[in-house]
Amino acid sequence: MSNQDWADANPERLYVISGGRDRKSATAGFDLVTLVVARARPEPTMQPEHAAILRICSSPLSVAEISAYLRLPNSLVTVLLADLLAERRIEVRAPVPPAALPDLSLLEAVIHGLQRL
Amino acid sequence: MDFNGSEPRGPREAELLPATVATAVKVVIVGGFGVGKTTLVGAVSEIRPLTTEETMTEAGVGIDDLAGVERKNSTTVAMDFGRITISDELVLYVFGTPGQERFWFLWNGLFEGALGAVVLVDTRRLEVSFDVLGRLEDRGVPFVVALNGFPESPGYPVEELRAALDLPHHVPIVHCDARSRESSRDVLMALMRYLYDLAARPAASAQPAASAQPVG
Repeated sequence: MSNQDWADANPERLYVISGGRDRKSATAGFDLVTLVVARARPEPTMQPEHAAILRICSSPLSVAEISAYLRLPNSLVTVLLADLLAERRIEVRAPVPPAALPDLSLLEAVIHGLQRL
Repeated sequence: MDFNGSEPRGPREAELLPATVATAVKVVIVGGFGVGKTTLVGAVSEIRPLTTEETMTEAGVGIDDLAGVERKNSTTVAMDFGRITISDELVLYVFGTPGQERFWFLWNGLFEGALGAVVLVDTRRLEVSFDVLGRLEDRGVPFVVALNGFPESPGYPVEELRAALDLPHHVPIVHCDARSRESSRDVLMALMRYLYDLAARPAASAQPAASAQPVG
């Protein structure tokens, strides 16, 4: 698959990549900052997008980063990730669940981290 | 291979996160067109800023005020973002929202789970911030206001700006230079300290927070 193909994200192509599946149901549970780590190697028989995800996720990457590197819409990436998760080829590290107010120790950690920047 | 100088196909060696990172948090930078959101993201990010996008179908954009796009089947909304590794276990993502502000709030999950938001304001064009401020308040997303210091910006006193923007007393207003890493870092710090105050004293949202002082 050439770079031109990757960049050409027309609706028909997106439909083909997603296998025509309903994106809404699959996106449940994935946030822009859900971290993904590959737990399997890419295989030649895989859909190229699945293999590409496994290739770049040898270290943790967020859904947003995967979307950026693969140049695919965020919601399509979550469909592909749902496939890989179902096959146990990836591990996901969910973000802190949305709460009315974040945890104080978490905020302290962020403040300390920013101070070192 | 990618020879056209655009974004890479994967993270560079120096950009890999530690395998131990277990938690990611996010903040969102909002503001009018050209106010410096992407500049701020680039200033604080440890990686070259990336762009993610979402394709919104007609069903997704719904019945909001979308005069002019109703004939389109889908609309692509782009989002610039950067990353700051906080520790071996925690990473912070900073999302900027270029253009098309009416779409930000239709992007599922952008604000859900966000720690908070920074509203970047150009004092020469205060009016573009009103809509954003209102929508954040409606959604209950905590935010600080950062005044990006353009050389020719009028130097309004902070309290005058607070009145002009109709901001409650507890919302911090800080000055910044979005081109500066340190200054942009301080904006994020101001947001985190404000969030800390809110979390430590939930009642603070209803009354002035003494510790929420401008850093500028």
